[in-house]
Amino acid sequence: MITVENLTKSYGEVEALKDISFHIDAGKIFGIIGPDGAGKTTLFRILTTLMMADSGQATVDGLDVVKDFARIRHCIGYMPGRFSLYQDLTVEENLHFYASVFNTSIKENYYLVQDIYKQIEPFKKRRAGDLSGGMKQKLALSCALIHRPKALMLDEPTTGVDPVSRKEFWSMLQRLKEQGITILVSTPYMDEATKCDHIALMQKGRLLSVDTPERIVAAYPDVLYAVTGDNNYRLLCKLKENKEVKMCYISGESLRVIFHKNNVPAIEGVEIRQVAPTIEDCFIQLMQ
Amino acid sequence: MLLRYLLEKEFKQIRRNPFLLRLIVAYPILVMLVFPWVANLEVKDINLCIVDNDHSSYSLRLAEQIPASGYFHLAAVALTYDKAIEYIKQNKSDVILEIPMDFEKALMRGESTTVMISPNSVNGTKGLFAANYLTQILSDFSVDISEKQLQGAIEIIPQYRYNPYLNYKTFIIPALMVILLTVICGFLPALNIVGEKEKGTIEQINVTPLKKSLFILSKLIPYWMIGLFILTVCFGLAALIYGLIPAGSFFTIYLFAILFIITYSAFGLVISNYSATMQQAMFVMFFFTIVMLLMCGTFTPIKSMPHWAQTITYANPLRYFIEAMRAIYLKGSGFTDLHTQFLVLTGIAGLFSLWAVLSYKKR
Repeated sequence: MITVENLTKSYGEVEALKDISFHIDAGKIFGIIGPDGAGKTTLFRILTTLMMADSGQATVDGLDVVKDFARIRHCIGYMPGRFSLYQDLTVEENLHFYASVFNTSIKENYYLVQDIYKQIEPFKKRRAGDLSGGMKQKLALSCALIHRPKALMLDEPTTGVDPVSRKEFWSMLQRLKEQGITILVSTPYMDEATKCDHIALMQKGRLLSVDTPERIVAAYPDVLYAVTGDNNYRLLCKLKENKEVKMCYISGESLRVIFHKNNVPAIEGVEIRQVAPTIEDCFIQLMQ
Repeated sequence: MLLRYLLEKEFKQIRRNPFLLRLIVAYPILVMLVFPWVANLEVKDINLCIVDNDHSSYSLRLAEQIPASGYFHLAAVALTYDKAIEYIKQNKSDVILEIPMDFEKALMRGESTTVMISPNSVNGTKGLFAANYLTQILSDFSVDISEKQLQGAIEIIPQYRYNPYLNYKTFIIPALMVILLTVICGFLPALNIVGEKEKGTIEQINVTPLKKSLFILSKLIPYWMIGLFILTVCFGLAALIYGLIPAGSFFTIYLFAILFIITYSAFGLVISNYSATMQQAMFVMFFFTIVMLLMCGTFTPIKSMPHWAQTITYANPLRYFIEAMRAIYLKGSGFTDLHTQFLVLTGIAGLFSLWAVLSYKKR
């Protein structure tokens, strides 16, 4: 459905994308996971035909993003990271406007958006600018879907959204996937990675790894331990001095530690137990 | 069909923007009701200081005749010229008239005599007008005297064509209408487009199959319509309040107005293409508009500018439109009289449109 081959893009000195290649199958949710500044938005802008890459190729539904940009625009839905609907138009007017721009009507594709739109329909006379963050996001998704796109590209849709709405949002994406829509989504939240069929871990314009979340976790090369003590920071400093420690960092309530040759030393007053690595652990490991 | 939806959206947004709505309603009224009185070059109530070295009946008569003209107010009578200069320095008087000794004696003998006029020219216009008015009064005075002595004299009767009473309002109103159009049709669509860039909404539009040209057109048409509507309102106000009705045809006026609107909105588009923020666009627009306003002949005649500046005005679209407006309004010129202005304005319109299209990123 979407293929990217050797994409490179730089802004002056800064290289935003360095030789990126991946492939997305139709009807899958593909997540691009990476911190701010990883190049996620640049990649989206190239795939949505808003920007041209310096070199490399990309196709969406078999159409080249440079040559066939006009045709691509008919079959993709894009939700930029920043809310970019008309704040001075109402919920209903925005949806109606985007439907008419795509030469369709709300009625025609209502079945596709009804799950989402129903939740904001009570506020359809309200101006988009007056909506809460979660509702804005639902409206933006409705507007991106109203022309029944084959591929949906969502740039950090859950950034700045509360945890409950985030969860809701991902279940909405699952339902859209069942409708056969290919979804490309980026997020800085590692915990959302497992909701995707495939993920690409991205950092500083490079892809660190592209695979299913399960396989990425399975490919973790070391044995990971959780170390719990009274004072995490003091413990971290102490562990960093220890020659047996290959790598250690704070993760939530405890520390994550990898030991050289898996030699677990005995440290007084702390609890050490083996844990299964998460996507975040894989990311940190790959960044080294 | 699609354009209809786009226009619907634009008008909705204009209607919901309280600032814009007020601007569109209040601005033409302000321009037509207030500016013709404010932007007035007629100088009145000039404070006059007389230094009378003669103290004769003639000099007294002259001193009485001057304030009677309505332009002057006798602020002070000084004994010496130095004292009079003192008044000027204190801003108590604007112009000094010094009457020489033996003023009456010379006149009685039928000899010529000289008086001195010293206007304060810190405000050049005021000084010039004061001197001119005084000269006029003095020449009337001298004619008066010569008639009494039954001597021949030339009386000059100027006949001001197309504006017989030298009414400044008649002259400024057509120009004010042009300024109005620059704001409504030049600034507003440009700011609107840059505003969409700034808010990011243009991003969402760019990923739709919507054609750029159609989108831009949907931005321009509402302001073209509003501009022409406001112009029509101005015609009404000018006729109603100032009794100013164009001597030429409305058809020619609208033809020029439409041409100018296209020129200036294309100019606005060029600027919006190069700007990333509304602030930037506003400042650049402002800069060029002020330059064009000062160099278009509205406030100062082009002929009084230095040669190099006159050359620059040939590239100023405002110049041609204002020339045309004044000619149609006051002289009743028809299209055939104005075909030079029409052709040049068409050329500039084409140039700006081409530039606007070329500078617009195609993707």
